[in-house]
Amino acid sequence: MQLLREPSAEMIEEQRLYEEMGMTADEYQLAVKELGRKPNYTELGLFSVMWSEHCSYKNSKVLLKKFPVEGPRVLQGPGEGAGIIDIDDEQAVVFKIESHNHPSAVEPYEGAATGVGGIIRDVFSMGARPVALLNSLRFGELKNPRVRYLFEGVVAGIAGYGNCIGIPTVGGEIQFDDGYEGNPLVNAMCVGLIDHKDIQKGQAKGIGNPVLYVGASTGRDGIHGATFASEELSEDSEAKRPAVQVGDPFMEKLLVEACLEATKHPKLVGIQDMGAAGLTSSSAEMASKAGSGIRMNLDLVPQRERNMTPYEMMLSESQERMLLVVEKGSEQEFIEMFEKWGLHAVEVGEVTDTKRLELIHAGETAADVPVDALAEEAPVYHKPSTEPESFRAFQAQKPFLPEVDTAKTLERLLEQPTIASKEWVYGQYDYMVRTSTVVSPGSDAAVVRIRGTKKALAMTTDCNSRYLFLDPYEGGKRAVTEAARNIVVSGGEPLGVTDCLNYGSPDKPEIFWQLERSTDGLSEACRELQTPVVGGNVSLYNETANGAVYPTPVIGMVGLIHDLDHVTTQQAKAAGDAVYFLGQVHGELSGSELQKLLQGSYSGRVVPIDLREEKEQQQQVLKAIQAGAVNSAHDISEGGMACAAAEKLFGTAFGAELTLPDGPVTAALFEEGTGYLFTVSAEQKEQFAAYLPDAEEIGTITDDQQLTLRNRSGETIISTEIRNLEEKWRGAIACALKSKG
Amino acid sequence: MKFAVIVFPGSNCDLDMYHAVTDAVGEQAEYVWHTETDLDRFDGILLPGGFSYGDYLRAGAIARFSPVMESVKQAAAEGKPVLGVCNGFQILLESGLLPGAMRRNEDLHFICRTVPLQVKKADTMFTSAYEAGETLQIPVAHGEGNYYCSETQLEELKQNDQIVFTYGAALNGSVADIAGIVNEAGNVLGMMPHPERAVEALTGSEDGRRLFESIVRQWREKHAVTS
Repeated sequence: MQLLREPSAEMIEEQRLYEEMGMTADEYQLAVKELGRKPNYTELGLFSVMWSEHCSYKNSKVLLKKFPVEGPRVLQGPGEGAGIIDIDDEQAVVFKIESHNHPSAVEPYEGAATGVGGIIRDVFSMGARPVALLNSLRFGELKNPRVRYLFEGVVAGIAGYGNCIGIPTVGGEIQFDDGYEGNPLVNAMCVGLIDHKDIQKGQAKGIGNPVLYVGASTGRDGIHGATFASEELSEDSEAKRPAVQVGDPFMEKLLVEACLEATKHPKLVGIQDMGAAGLTSSSAEMASKAGSGIRMNLDLVPQRERNMTPYEMMLSESQERMLLVVEKGSEQEFIEMFEKWGLHAVEVGEVTDTKRLELIHAGETAADVPVDALAEEAPVYHKPSTEPESFRAFQAQKPFLPEVDTAKTLERLLEQPTIASKEWVYGQYDYMVRTSTVVSPGSDAAVVRIRGTKKALAMTTDCNSRYLFLDPYEGGKRAVTEAARNIVVSGGEPLGVTDCLNYGSPDKPEIFWQLERSTDGLSEACRELQTPVVGGNVSLYNETANGAVYPTPVIGMVGLIHDLDHVTTQQAKAAGDAVYFLGQVHGELSGSELQKLLQGSYSGRVVPIDLREEKEQQQQVLKAIQAGAVNSAHDISEGGMACAAAEKLFGTAFGAELTLPDGPVTAALFEEGTGYLFTVSAEQKEQFAAYLPDAEEIGTITDDQQLTLRNRSGETIISTEIRNLEEKWRGAIACALKSKG
Repeated sequence: MKFAVIVFPGSNCDLDMYHAVTDAVGEQAEYVWHTETDLDRFDGILLPGGFSYGDYLRAGAIARFSPVMESVKQAAAEGKPVLGVCNGFQILLESGLLPGAMRRNEDLHFICRTVPLQVKKADTMFTSAYEAGETLQIPVAHGEGNYYCSETQLEELKQNDQIVFTYGAALNGSVADIAGIVNEAGNVLGMMPHPERAVEALTGSEDGRRLFESIVRQWREKHAVTS
């Protein structure tokens, strides 16, 4: 029973129906040219979804080319499910970050949950065991009830999926800012471990080899999700709720175990996740990468609903599905292997030499399209770019350097949700399962040990979009630099980056300029800090009627801790330890949390970073930590040195007496990104000074639970009980959620 | 001593339980898929945490029908130590090996953190290496850990001295702050906190290790007498 007849190829052209699928007239003509005739409705669906920004990167490709993608440890750069970096001993780390912004904006729980599910599949489809999850979240201000609903829903969704599947959520970051009110950002990252010999690729090789469909049945959920993700959000977005998929973490848990067993099987040829654009992207990409074709009989695809059309099946984004190619003759072995886990593996097609994706439905050819046209020939745009006037105005501004009531400001900063403890959030995530979490959420980077070795992985997500808003180039450098500092202070050698580029509409020249300038900054920083970009994701059109989000290129970084003895956390360890400051105060608070607190908006210049000096300094810090010359280390970020000092004492029994670093008092206290704070024991001092001669001793850790800060002339400017600060810092988010806005 | 770590579809603390027994305590362990029915070769049975069958319907409600559960009941009847942690505890409740039921946490949120746990009863085969009244630091990680039993059942638990662990501070709404109970015979322990997550200083706490050491010590003593 066909409820609605699909429009004919002629009707599509005459009535410009391609526009409803997000294609332009030029793109439609290109599809006609690639195909040599007018596409039918199903074929048009294949083109539109594969040529969406989400799948093709057509607007960002020219920019992504700038990223350094190679390095001595890189085993797999961008292009596969996830990047892979060597960590010695024939082991490697596999990681990737991905956005699920638009789905989370309309259905926060499932949007976030399926974001987690998707990124896990990207990692285990490489043959890797997923060992950790991280995330990076952006919301509006919590005083808005809709924002509270989104925030609570997203956190519950991440918890619901990650906890059930049994992969610890070990780290992340959250920023609250009006700029994200209607368009939250939900980026999920997964980290996996693999032995070199087990590395898999998503390729459909070997003419005549069977194509197996594994996992959940295909339903009508998530149809055109990738296209939805490539549009601005509007009042109509609520109507797109059906484009949001529904997750089943239990199914995915079975899928992880079964697929990891399958990837050890010598007769597995290729495996890929059915993520965005589901069956279409997995089949077209696997064939295109192998220079082959695929013929599929859609009648054999397991279906959740009746009377599904080829269009619906190919564009469904039902979750927890994988596509496998295995050697001919071995299909039964795989089918039985999946059966043990209660999963059905179904042969739905075979590899051909036609370089075409041929779809058969009810005995007829439903689509016949060249795979390269879908996977490789998407149009590439270099959009016009204009430097916004606001940037010139920001550049001309004098440094923002207000005078403030220092003690009160410190208290107020610590209760800003962006700075405050995120315990309300991570207390809902199982961050300990797999019993390898050495450093839990709340320190600069999370640390996960590698069982059976002395090694561990440090991992973090970072981006301070305020600085990118003021100056995308310097802000981009800062995002990478801060992520690397997080890794280094935890005792890790930065290995590489996965990035999630969240921006507004690239069709607007001022937004494209942000993309251009920030990717320049990101690329330079990644090159200089020797952290190649091995994969990532681009999320554009993050806009509502109120405008675009701040440019938010989230950096997911992984580092190698060579010996568990090097693991270092931010908390002070012993009374009597000396406190050192390393860095420089510039006297510029533009873009800081303090500017937000005082002005409610951001303006001004961003202090430029000298990347060469930065790299040298990071190397020295790492050497000092590896030599055991440091008891605790913390990088100075949101809220500046004063907040960093307080954070070092929270959760401990200690206090500190400190003299401010050189510079104007407000900046010495609250300027962000100025450097590091270390604590060093009497025995470590000599060695510490040998590695970091530029570090200044600014005070001591005490046992009285009091934080005292003095200016350079010795006058006390802040003296407060840690308990008082800690209470505000710990309770702020829970308190904001209870308040009625 | 050889332990069975029972693996249901959706178990996810099986690995942690395995490593706690093998690496931290130095005994043998083997994963046992839920369709197996012979547990005779094992001296102790461990039901790990996780989300068996996705916790669909109710935590533990489907796993109790797994083929292996008949053999778990038999092992319990034979007096072998049976330990269910988190989802394992929920399965023991659903299968009637322990009294009571689990509800969602009082605040409806999943709770993951290390909490103070009080040892109420140290004369069991699971807790002999602890002192009664001792406070341990043990992680919890659950969404449905709000233990419920009727007043009569609570009276019985008290009278038979079956309450082994209580939370040091109210946590999830559990009746009488109950965190772990044994059966009347004393060889089946169910507890929501995860002792297997607290066996190494590297990952935060070692307070859970003595629970496994107690089991092993009791088994050795018994074994020495009978052989």
